[in-house]
Amino acid sequence: MDPFEYVRAGDVAAAVALVSADPQAQYLAGGTTQIDLMLKDGVIAPERLVDITRLPLSGVTRRDDTLCVGTLTTMEALAADPAVAEQIPFLREALLAGASPQLRNMATIGGNLLQRTRCRYFRDADVTACNKRAPGSGCAAMRGPARMHAILGASEHCIAVHPSDLCVPLVALDAVVDIEGAGRWRSVPLTEFYVLPGDRPDIENVLEHGELLTQVRIPLLPAGARSGYLKVRDRASYEFALTSAAAALLIEGGTIAWARLALGGVGTVPWRAREAEEILCGAPAADRTFRAAAQAALRDPFTVSGTAFKVELARRTVIRILRTVSGARS
Amino acid sequence: MGKTHVAGAGVDLALRVNGCPRRLHVDSRVTLLDALREDLGLTGTKKGCDQGACGACTVLLDGKRVVSCLVLAAQCDGRDVTTIEGLARDGQLHPVQEAFIRHDGFQCGYCTPGQIMSAVALLQEGRAGSDEEIREFMSGNLCRCGAYPNIVAAIREAAGRQGE
Repeated sequence: MDPFEYVRAGDVAAAVALVSADPQAQYLAGGTTQIDLMLKDGVIAPERLVDITRLPLSGVTRRDDTLCVGTLTTMEALAADPAVAEQIPFLREALLAGASPQLRNMATIGGNLLQRTRCRYFRDADVTACNKRAPGSGCAAMRGPARMHAILGASEHCIAVHPSDLCVPLVALDAVVDIEGAGRWRSVPLTEFYVLPGDRPDIENVLEHGELLTQVRIPLLPAGARSGYLKVRDRASYEFALTSAAAALLIEGGTIAWARLALGGVGTVPWRAREAEEILCGAPAADRTFRAAAQAALRDPFTVSGTAFKVELARRTVIRILRTVSGARS
Repeated sequence: MGKTHVAGAGVDLALRVNGCPRRLHVDSRVTLLDALREDLGLTGTKKGCDQGACGACTVLLDGKRVVSCLVLAAQCDGRDVTTIEGLARDGQLHPVQEAFIRHDGFQCGYCTPGQIMSAVALLQEGRAGSDEEIREFMSGNLCRCGAYPNIVAAIREAAGRQGE
């Protein structure tokens, strides 16, 4: 690995100025993906790391019906927050379903949003064909073993999954990220933050170089709503999702009055299932509704031989979480 | 408001390791794991996968368990590190260490320092409520010998519970 310069930023403005001015600079927060990709896999090689971990961007505050989460808050700290446990239980479930306690003590919320894919072809610098690493070089996953890959939002140029559990309930809830850049700040809904791979899989989100995520604003669930997160994986714990689903429902007199649904483990971006939500809203909280929603959520999948099984698995994941959240017997 | 500190490729550090102040000059690429083992001679912390997957390098950083292979030493300036060497008090093993011996919570022993550091943190976090909870919150520590049942038994005992 090439040497890099280590810089500890004194404040947010200095950090943004340092990274904005240097195309080879990157922010360093929890480091759990970045140090791995730099030191161990040799996939990324920044010449300068600007350590932001001592900036005052951690902590959780409640403002009316919104939880404001500093992007340097760790996954464990957010999972331990009483407001999350009481008001957004599926967010806590998703946080604790991710990684291990050690990694959750290190990994930040901002870093979780920006974590890189676990695609084994992307993470192996010896594999030449990867459009995400080297635009135009091809996609080795299209012909190789691809069990952990995407079936929604994918293209023949890239089938890499966005691996976050946390982002699944966040897109379901219409969370918003606040972004600080050199001389400007802006807010972007998380559902508009990520970019589908198309023919440019190297572009993963709307961030410009030097922009820094400072806060995530998470709307609380409406009163009376119930929620759940279901993660299906090859091991009982400490494993990325094959499929996952986050669901929140408000049921009044047996009818679904309000619904949110998002999928993980299957999308090139955290996948909001809006068509399924439209089917759920106003319909009876019953199996036939859940089946129709699952069909809609998995419409027009993009599969290769290794991922074809995930279509039905994802449908069943959706049906099961909707049954669980609605309290229906399965 | 803090001061921006440019360290370059070499970094000067002052940190506390097992209660003792230590000073180090390291390359910016050096991880906390390598600094502990190579620069400070504390080889109790083990290098397993070296990519955050196995937990063998678990230490406490400011009291919280982390995998030291994915922490840059440069990030630890002014911080407090506890390794397996720092658990015993006045020649007395930590109760978790004693429980691992009593329950034979290891075979080859390579993952054991990481298992014990993780278990000490787990008890502080209050996550030893059931065997199921112990297993879930020890999932970041792999044991290729498969000593898991005895590890769970040791932690259960250290938590002061009877067998379930």
